[in-house]
Amino acid sequence: MSGEKDLEQLKKEAAEKAKAAALAKMKAKEASTEAATDKPMTDEEKAKAKAAAAAKAKAAALAKMKEKEQVEEEPSSSDDTDIAKQKAAAAAKAKAAAAAKAKAAALAKQQGGAEEAPAGDDEKAKAIAAAKAKAAAAAKAKAAALVKQQGGAEEAPAGDDEKAKAIAAAKAKAAAAAKAKAAALAKQQGGAEGTSAGDDEKAKAIAAAKAKAAAAAKAKAAAQGGTAGDDEKAKAIAAAKAKAAAAAAARAKAKPAEEEAPEELVPSPNQPYLDKYVKVIEEHLGKDVLEDFYINNLSKDVPTLVAKPENYYRIAEFLRYNEQLGFNYLSEFHGGDFETHMEVYAHLYSYNNRQSVALKVKIDREKPEVESLSKLWAGANWPECETYDLLGIQFKNHPNLYRIMLGDDWIGHPLRKDYEPYDVEV
Amino acid sequence: MLRTEEMLLNVGPQHPSTHGVFRLVLKIDGEIIKEAKPVIGYLHRGTEKLAENLQYTQIIPYTDRLDYLAAMTNNYVLCHAVETMMDLKIPDRAEYLRVIAMELGRVASHLVWWGTYLLDIGAVSPFLYAFREREMIINMLNELSGARLTFNYMRVGGVKWDAPEGWIEKVDEFIPYMREQLKGYHDLVTGNEIFMNRVKGVGRYTKEDAINYSLSGANLRCTGVKWDLRKDEPYSIYDRFDFDVPVQEGGDAWARYHVRLAELEESLKILEQAVEQFPKEGEILAKVPKIIKAPKGEAYVRIESPRGEIGCYIASDGKKEPYRLKFRRPSFYNLQILPKLLEGENIANLIAILGAIDIVLGEVDG
Repeated sequence: MSGEKDLEQLKKEAAEKAKAAALAKMKAKEASTEAATDKPMTDEEKAKAKAAAAAKAKAAALAKMKEKEQVEEEPSSSDDTDIAKQKAAAAAKAKAAAAAKAKAAALAKQQGGAEEAPAGDDEKAKAIAAAKAKAAAAAKAKAAALVKQQGGAEEAPAGDDEKAKAIAAAKAKAAAAAKAKAAALAKQQGGAEGTSAGDDEKAKAIAAAKAKAAAAAKAKAAAQGGTAGDDEKAKAIAAAKAKAAAAAAARAKAKPAEEEAPEELVPSPNQPYLDKYVKVIEEHLGKDVLEDFYINNLSKDVPTLVAKPENYYRIAEFLRYNEQLGFNYLSEFHGGDFETHMEVYAHLYSYNNRQSVALKVKIDREKPEVESLSKLWAGANWPECETYDLLGIQFKNHPNLYRIMLGDDWIGHPLRKDYEPYDVEV
Repeated sequence: MLRTEEMLLNVGPQHPSTHGVFRLVLKIDGEIIKEAKPVIGYLHRGTEKLAENLQYTQIIPYTDRLDYLAAMTNNYVLCHAVETMMDLKIPDRAEYLRVIAMELGRVASHLVWWGTYLLDIGAVSPFLYAFREREMIINMLNELSGARLTFNYMRVGGVKWDAPEGWIEKVDEFIPYMREQLKGYHDLVTGNEIFMNRVKGVGRYTKEDAINYSLSGANLRCTGVKWDLRKDEPYSIYDRFDFDVPVQEGGDAWARYHVRLAELEESLKILEQAVEQFPKEGEILAKVPKIIKAPKGEAYVRIESPRGEIGCYIASDGKKEPYRLKFRRPSFYNLQILPKLLEGENIANLIAILGAIDIVLGEVDG
């Protein structure tokens, strides 16, 4: 997954470096609002944001730095940052000497509670000073320092160090009298629980964000490289700060955890029903008629039975007529092409017991054939015709299986994943 | 001796009382229908295939074109399926806007049914009254969403637009007006002897048949099955409202007529409560990612549309497009019983029976 991302990112970067700074800025801004609400971002957006950042930075120095950071997984993070800083500064200087046109926009945005540390004010002062110095150097530099602080009192001193460095770098740039345009967006949205390790990460992220382009790649690296708890935190913080890149990473990390946890902890309210169905079926039809059975948590906890193809009709019949089950209503019937196999899905309901069950059967894709249910539920007639029409699944003993939607002369079954439209004229 | 001969009679696909492109091939013996064969698919647009290449938000406009008389419920069922998979919490204000929009849609849809059904069987003026009231609803929904029929109003996580200023008050004013008109409808039609003779005992089926043929909505409730997904499997915020599920025992067109008119009143009850409880402020969209991805897995949800049980099945492989999307369209299921109902009927009852099912062809064909 990350390999794919990197590739995509590199491509985007290459393509978009040439793009106007304005566009980049806009995108970065979008990304920032996004991160402010803690929204996870998708790969695409992330890549875009990164590319945008790169484009903004324009300077070869920054791009280089970013690449380096991506390649090197930092062993001890703060060292890495420093190196990166120095590199950035050096590169910026060199570039300035070469009279490149870069603009530095450092935006310091403070959004914080009463706990806003005095350190933050210091930083502001510094940033302003830096901007002044730049101006004095008679460049057409635009400096807007955006540091958004939204966090607990624990916002670490380490972070301040990093900030100072970054500002120094910016100053150096400005002093070189280039028209450097650097938009540094550092947004801090950190949790109050930041431990010292977390602070380190934060500091890194802040510095990185200031260095702009570097930030995205780095935060991601940091988020992916670390260990358990700290890593999570760092990720969350980095996500907010470096926005685009980190958010996606954090999401990728957080997601599996979310998915696993609730399923195991809380037994579904429908679990007893599932147990009952399985028990009754196994008692009457034998032990191994079912391929699988589970509660489908995504689908309002519906008990789901997966029948073996040869027992599918028997099970359906049993579900329909057994007085304990009595699923007399076919709510939904359709098929699906899952490339490895075909599937038929029926959602049944019992008006007597007021209970639902989903019955599925997986069938051979090469020879998709299954018994028709229309003898059990008259309502299955047309849906089976539709399934046959659109997917090519044959229903044995169906009273009148015909192409209900497309007509007899249609070639192919459109809902199959390998369907190619056929047209005589083409 | 008088001898009759069987003949084939083609009805549609372009026939005013089929409400769309629906064709029936009838085998008749004199006035009696021996066999009826519905032909559908004229309006099949491959929504499910198209959806496989679209992101979830992009699919919503397509749902407007399924049941185009009550597009709000279609919008909702798709959003609800994705939300169920993502386990999203929807802001209150959004839920109220959705419910108000859906119930207004239900009223509008039933009004169209009422007007056109009576038009089909020969009463012209009710149609004009029904469409007068419906126009008011359409205008309100237009103000809300920017479209008269194809609303594209709901989003995964909430709704697209907040109610404009004074809109809720308009809905509030509409409710007593509509109640008043409903009384007029009953005065005008319900007690009419000609009408009663046209629909009583026509298109009758039993409770068992209704369940067996997967009928839903008024077509099911007219046989005495007290079943409404808003009540029995509450979704959205329907559990906050006090309303009845009207049922009839007759199982004929007359019973379906009564169920639908009673449902109008219940919808007005829900609207009244929703307007009263409507939160003064709040979000209209939950915090959702810019690009929505349903988690890997599958889900089937069903809700109550004006025509019955509309469902949405999504199989997702975690991407931003669904791997497989399926709509359970109530009209498609409800129409299945038609050949059975027509067999042995007098041909004059064909339209009365077809009309009472209340189909929308956009939904039948998918």
